[in-house]
Amino acid sequence: MKRRVLAGLLCVAMAATMLFGCGKAGSEGGGSDEGSANGSAGGTQEMEVEGDYTELEVWTFIELHQQFYTDMAEKWNEEHPDKQVKLVLSNMQYDDMHNKLSLALESGEGAPDVVDIELGKFPAFTNGQIGLMDLTSAIEPYKDNIIESRLKIYGKDGAYYGFPTHVGATVAFYNTEELEAADVDYTTIKTWDDFKEAGVKYHEATGKYFACVETTAQWMLNLMLTQKGGDYLDADGNINITNDTMVEVLEYIKGMQETGAFETVPGGQPDNEEAYPSYNSGDYAVQIMPFWQTSRFTSYMTDLSGKIAIAPTPVWNEGDEIKSIGGGGTGTAVIADGENAELAAEVFAYIKLSEVANKEVWNVLGFDPVNTEVWSDTELTQNPDNQFVQFFNTYPFDTLLEIQDGIYALESLTSEKFPSINNEFCNVTLNNIFEQGMDVKEALEQSQDTLKNEFGE
Amino acid sequence: MKKLFYSQKIAPYVFVLPFVLTVVFFWAFPIGNGILLSFQDVLKDEWVGLGNYKRLLSDKIFLKALYNSARYMIGTLILLIPLPMLFATLLNSKLMKKPGFFKSIYFIPALTSVVVAGTIFRLMFGEMETSLANQVITAFGFDSIKWLKNEWASYFVLLLLACWRWMGVNILYFLAGIQSISADLYEAASIDGATKWKQFTKITFPLVKPTTVYVLTISIYAGLSMFNESYMLWKGNNSPQNMGLTIVGYLYRQGIEKRAMGYACAVGLVLLIIVMVVNLIQLQATGAFKKEER
Repeated sequence: MKRRVLAGLLCVAMAATMLFGCGKAGSEGGGSDEGSANGSAGGTQEMEVEGDYTELEVWTFIELHQQFYTDMAEKWNEEHPDKQVKLVLSNMQYDDMHNKLSLALESGEGAPDVVDIELGKFPAFTNGQIGLMDLTSAIEPYKDNIIESRLKIYGKDGAYYGFPTHVGATVAFYNTEELEAADVDYTTIKTWDDFKEAGVKYHEATGKYFACVETTAQWMLNLMLTQKGGDYLDADGNINITNDTMVEVLEYIKGMQETGAFETVPGGQPDNEEAYPSYNSGDYAVQIMPFWQTSRFTSYMTDLSGKIAIAPTPVWNEGDEIKSIGGGGTGTAVIADGENAELAAEVFAYIKLSEVANKEVWNVLGFDPVNTEVWSDTELTQNPDNQFVQFFNTYPFDTLLEIQDGIYALESLTSEKFPSINNEFCNVTLNNIFEQGMDVKEALEQSQDTLKNEFGE
Repeated sequence: MKKLFYSQKIAPYVFVLPFVLTVVFFWAFPIGNGILLSFQDVLKDEWVGLGNYKRLLSDKIFLKALYNSARYMIGTLILLIPLPMLFATLLNSKLMKKPGFFKSIYFIPALTSVVVAGTIFRLMFGEMETSLANQVITAFGFDSIKWLKNEWASYFVLLLLACWRWMGVNILYFLAGIQSISADLYEAASIDGATKWKQFTKITFPLVKPTTVYVLTISIYAGLSMFNESYMLWKGNNSPQNMGLTIVGYLYRQGIEKRAMGYACAVGLVLLIIVMVVNLIQLQATGAFKKEER
């Protein structure tokens, strides 16, 4: 008898504790929501909207995007008073945001309505069960004027999952003041051999570095590789980084390093907070970077105002077809399970792909818009009040128009394997080659083994 | 019924119940679930048997992470046990002036957040000539070093960060242990003519053993499961040649960054097993189990 009562009591106590536990968990959940809103007060921005509206939660890892989205959403609300939206934007740190998103999709809870996903992370979200909405129909009205390769990089099996922000055409940024002092004329640089030669001449004259060899990014490497028809995967999608083209390109870059005119840079690549000062002070004269580097110049390398010329990148042989590749990028995706997914897709198609939006992409962000019709609108691209036009001593779009038909993309960029490859290259392979002086072939073989293990090939 | 509420037999169970439930729901259940997940490919939602473990054995990055964690653990054991013990003895000595001041100075770093400390260390040990560490060593005539790109230099920085941060905590542990030793023993020893050093080795050292075993146990665990320091020092989970990657870092990379939850669970279980084995051996060797039997 006594035992039965005891058992009963234990059950009651257990149930009570559980209920208490649940209650507590619930209130804690509420608390943490509030906490995150408060905690990232600097990173959260809410629109002011009058009348009826639908609230959309947006995550981004680029601070500048907040203002841009808000401005564009206001335009949308003006044009569509019956479908007003109120954006609640949260800005988070890059890794943080992607990890949070990954967890939210995994657990099916806490995801926003709309999210910016960086290109390098994108394939991870189109792998397995896709939690993102198919945006093909939302893109349809704008599709004609948009560079298709930029849609494809956020796509899988013919469906598009992200709205592109920019083309990110790789171009060369030359510090003309430094180059003139060394009597180097950048306009005569057409091929990689010219580039290397100019570097040596510059280094001899000034003792400073011409350009960097990258260890934490592959802007130049991917460009040179694509120009030569190389890639990281073979035709069947298997990992093949030991291919001849890859070896040849890396050997070539290593040859550049051996001249002494090219060296690794603090931070490992031009788009890095440790690297900006090196460029700003003229320690390195040239950057081979995607077009969006313009915004880094105006924000972080302000001493270079009026000293930078934008030109097409070198090619292997004059007249080569592939003049540039799209580099980097952010695809804005809509979460499929979202309550207002349809509306979110429609609104963000407008915010990112409409003509007005594409003009703003240039005006506000300084990027090369995906809608190429905008490129030849000289009123826009040569507007003397524009901060980017003022900063550079060439018209940025002159270069873009020159290479317009020669902008390609690296094929394996959309592969679900690319994030891992990218990770291995930026951590291990390039460091082995350019920091530790390891033999190119050996470094590639080592990384090939690592990656094969990971992919189970 | 009234009897029941006042029953002395039941009361203990009721009191430990919340703790038991916490352990069951927040420890045992997740660990059990983790074991199950480690045999699955979570993203594809299929069972892969021992596949994850097989992959682990031939995964060079995992082995590198294992090596890094073990190396870090050993380094911290070598530095963070003898030195705090010595400092605690000094602080406890009557000759020491203002011990309270030094105690607080040593302890303050433990109160700072790893995030802040890691960031400051990263900036101090930047690779530019103008970084603090490089300015110091160039003042002594050495060449500047790319601290966080060099295997051994970065190991040094990690250990320095660990020492700076945990020295005070361990000193407090040892201080507590030393202060519980009866002063009579020292008095008797000094009457017999034992030097201070003799007193340290023959009285202090053996008698703080329980503290030493405790510090050793938590240091082994802390060393093997280190993550924050490296994450902050390299501003993320990626470091050149994975020189800063730890077991937990690899777990994080696989589970959260690459969404391979099953594989990450396998990594986590291996970490659990390693920590258990190392600590069991250590506790056995130091005789910690014997005491309980007595």
